Formats: sequence, structure tokens, C-alpha cells
Amino acid sequence: MNKASILIIDDEAQIRKLLTITLESYDYHVEAARTAKEGLAAIASHPPDLVLLDLGLPDESGHDVLRHLREWYSNPIIILSVQSMEEDIVKALDNGANDYLVKPFRTGELTARIRLALRKVQQDENNPIGEFGDLTIDYAARTVKKNSVVIKLTATEYTLLALMGKNEGKVLTHHYVLHQVWGPSYQNESQYLRVFVAQLRKKIETDSNRPVHIITESGVGYRFVGK
Amino acid sequence: MNTVYNRSRKNQYLTSLLAILSVAAVGFAIEGFVGYRVIAFLLLVTVSILAMFLDIIPVIIAAALSALLWDLLFIPPRFTFTVGTTEDRFLLLMYFIIALIHAVLTHKIREVQKEVRKREEKANAIKFYNTLLNSLSHELRTPITTIIGATDNLMNADKLSEKDKTELLSEISIASMRLNQQVENLLGMSRLESGVFKIKKDWCDVRELVYTTLQRFEPTLSNYRVSVFIPENLPLFKLDFGLMEQVLHNLISNALQHTEVGTDIIVKADCIDDKLLLTLSDSGKGFPEEEIHRVFDKFYRVQGSRPGGTGLGLSIVKGFVEAHHGKITLTNLPLRGALFIIEIPTEVSYINHLKNE
Repeated sequence: MNKASILIIDDEAQIRKLLTITLESYDYHVEAARTAKEGLAAIASHPPDLVLLDLGLPDESGHDVLRHLREWYSNPIIILSVQSMEEDIVKALDNGANDYLVKPFRTGELTARIRLALRKVQQDENNPIGEFGDLTIDYAARTVKKNSVVIKLTATEYTLLALMGKNEGKVLTHHYVLHQVWGPSYQNESQYLRVFVAQLRKKIETDSNRPVHIITESGVGYRFVGK
Repeated sequence: MNTVYNRSRKNQYLTSLLAILSVAAVGFAIEGFVGYRVIAFLLLVTVSILAMFLDIIPVIIAAALSALLWDLLFIPPRFTFTVGTTEDRFLLLMYFIIALIHAVLTHKIREVQKEVRKREEKANAIKFYNTLLNSLSHELRTPITTIIGATDNLMNADKLSEKDKTELLSEISIASMRLNQQVENLLGMSRLESGVFKIKKDWCDVRELVYTTLQRFEPTLSNYRVSVFIPENLPLFKLDFGLMEQVLHNLISNALQHTEVGTDIIVKADCIDDKLLLTLSDSGKGFPEEEIHRVFDKFYRVQGSRPGGTGLGLSIVKGFVEAHHGKITLTNLPLRGALFIIEIPTEVSYINHLKNE
């Protein structure tokens, strides 16, 4: 298998060193940049498979870097942030980040998120079948099976699950999901989202109180995990 | 602030005026029995009593007013400001001087008292900050010392056995997690006290809130008997999910720190009178009754509790609950254990009772 390449953009030398050593030990090909300018240049010359982007860069705000990048770069971007401010994270996700990690994080968490983000890239965009552990979504037939048994979903439940399946591993903000499933006029009707997520969990999770597929990201949104 | 001050000032003038006028009226009624000189003493006593409670200017006014009234109403010839005899002129002058001295002396005594109180408060504040600094430096420096010491040792790795190395690494890991927890708490507290702290309410599924928080304590929590009671038809509540998660997190981590492995932790949620009622109880030793009223105080730690806390966790809990205009109470359970009760008045939505669409 090809080594996946990862670019780290962080102004802290210690973090760059730590991440480089860690990720190289997991067999990734790692490059590091100190500033937004350096990072953007590196991505333009050799687009990496994944970018780890710190939000607090000295020369340009991480949010601006994200916006510029998303105009042409579509591989996963994971945000690193020292602030656990939900608004900041939501903004980054709405600007096109796939995931976020708040410093300090455990190595296991970091590598799990990277694997999750890269898995999506390897999937075939045109495959009508999504396999997510015990769940199978047939996008063509609009059916869902759990352990090979068909699950009855309402139209809205299916749309919600299909959206999540198509964005496996990515954190979807409340606003984004509401907009995609219910339409622009429902963007602030988060109560619908809560109710349908609870209903959906009852149908697709083995224990709806301890979900393994639809994971809650506190105050931010949901992440669909294929396990 | 200013208007309150003005009102209390106004009240003081009114009090002194009314007091002197009513004593003068009483004097007027009994003058025939006691003589006008006794009336002077009555008025003087009134001025002294006023001096005990009022500011200096209302008291001086009371002193002047009472002297004038005594002269006008009682000293013969009555109902004129003229004083008949030299003796009475002398008495009037002395009356006025004594009344003034009373006013000034009492005022001075009270100033001194105020000064003493201020000094005591300052001493208490210094004592408080000393305890705080001690506790903080201990809680921050212990893990830092461990990390520095262990890494120094690991750099001379050739002298260490594999077992020692593993142990040192595990010490570094524990110390950094502890340090991280302290920093989280300090950041939480400064966030609360920053003044720019904003709460962001949105619809919350409390079941999701409780289980998400509990999941973050795995695997430690599986060593306890955890029970969750949430009614199937609990409505949605408008809350700040992140803050409420922190509230529950701190309460659970407090319970884990102070109770033995294998004991009960019970979380309940309910909706009563459109309020969210959230309770957490454990089956530990409970809190010392006489310290219960202080456990939510900043930096307060129960006497003799295990090391490893800054005394910030519960005060952050209280701050976040109050940011929701809610309240939190702590009681000991009759047999054993402690019970935290959180009540939050907030918007409620029963939309989850409308079935599938």
C-alpha cells in the first residue's frame, strides 16, 4: 500500500516535532510547515492526502486558510485547536474542515481520526452500497440493513442516515444537517434534528444509549462512524 | 448605587427630624409635670440615640434642631427665641455643645469600628489567597515536578531497568492528565469570571447529554454500579449542551474521586413544572454536615479530602448552573451518600411526542 502523505501546518516547533515523529512511526509520509504561507505553497506544489491545520497561525487566520484551500483542495483537513470554543469549531467545520481535535489530545485519538478521514478517500464515490460494520446502506434502492435484516425507516430518517453515510467520519454541524435534510427554512429548528437522531439511533444502534454509529459531538454536531 | 445611597440619606434626615419632633411633642405634653430642664435631657438622650445609628450630618442637624426647639417651646419666655435668664442662656449653650460632642464622638467610634472591620476583611482575604496559592502551587507543581524528574531520569536511560522505564513513563502520563484537569478547571473558572462569558442555549436531548457524558468516563466508570433513570417521554429542554456536559462531568468526577470502587452512582432526569430536574447521587461517605454550605465556594476543599483537586470543580458546576438561572443543592442521604439536585427553569418542547412523519 502507498504511504499516505500528511502535511502539518503549525507554528509551534514542539507540536510539529511531536506530530512528525508520531505519524512517521505510523508509516505516514510527513511534511511540516510553520506558517499559512508555507503551508499553502507546500499544498500547491505537492497536494498531500490529508492536512493537519492549526487554527492559530501567526500570519493568517486558520479560518481564512481553510476557505482558500477549499476553493480547490478536496482532500481531508483536520483542524487542531487550543480553544474548545464550540463556535470556533463550528465555523471551521462550516468552512470545510472534516474534523477537529482540541489540544491536548491523545495519540490514539489523532491516529484514529486520520484513519477515519483517509478511509473516506479510498471509498469509491460511485459505489451504490455503503458498508458500515453491521449496517449496509443501499443508496440506489434506498434501503438499510442491519446484520442483513432490512430496517424500516421513514423518508426523513432515511435521508438523514444517507447524508451521514455519505459523510462517514466527518463531523456534520447541526446547521449543515438541518439545511441538507429539512431545507434552508429549518436551519434553526434543531429540535427536529434531536428527535430524528434519537429515533434513528433506536432503529440502527444495538444500544441506542451507547451509540457506535451516530456519535454526538457536544454542542457542534454529529459524526457517523462505520466501525 | 447612587440612588440607593441618596434614598438612605434622605431617610436619615427624615428619621432625625421625626424623632426630635415627636420627643418635643411628648415634652410639650409632660412639661407641666417635669419642668423644662428635664425636657432638655430627654432631647439630649434622643440626639445620642440618633448618633448611634445615623451619619454625622443628620445628627448635627438633629442637635441644632433640638436646641432651637427647646429654646422656642420650653425655655421661658416660651414661644419666643428670647432666653430670659443668664442661667438659661448658659444651659442652652452647654446643651448645644454637649449634643455636638455626642454626635462627633459617636461618629468617631463608628469610624474606628469600620476601620477595624475593614482590616479584618483584608486579613481574611490575604488568608484566603494564601490558601489558594498554596493549594494551586501544590496542585500544579506536583505533576510538573513528576514530569521533569521522570524525563530527566529517562534521559539517563542506560542506568534504568525496563520496568523502571515503564513505570516512569506511566507516572509522566498520569501527571500530565492531572495537570490537564487542573488547567481545564482554571480555564473554566476564568471563563466564568471573565465577564464576556456567554451561554448558548439550544434544544437538548437530556438522555443524549447524560449518556454522552457517562461515555467519556469509560472504562473507569464500569468499576462502579451506574444507574440512569430518565422517563421515556422526557421533553427536549433548551440548554447549553457544552456547559451542562461540564456540569455533569464535574459532578461525576467528584463522585469518582471521593467514593470507593464498586459503589453506586445514580443519575436521574425529569421534567417537573416545566423545569429540568437533574440529580446525581452516590453511596459514598457523604459530606461533613458542617461543611456542606461551603463546598460550592471557590477553592474550598473538604477537610481531609484526598489530594488531586483544586476545589474548583464544584464551584464551576454552580457557576454554570446559575448561568442557566438554575440552582443546585447538596444534601446527605439518610443512610449513606450525597445527593446533588439541579433545577433549571427553561423552555420545554414536547415535539418528540409527535410520532414519525
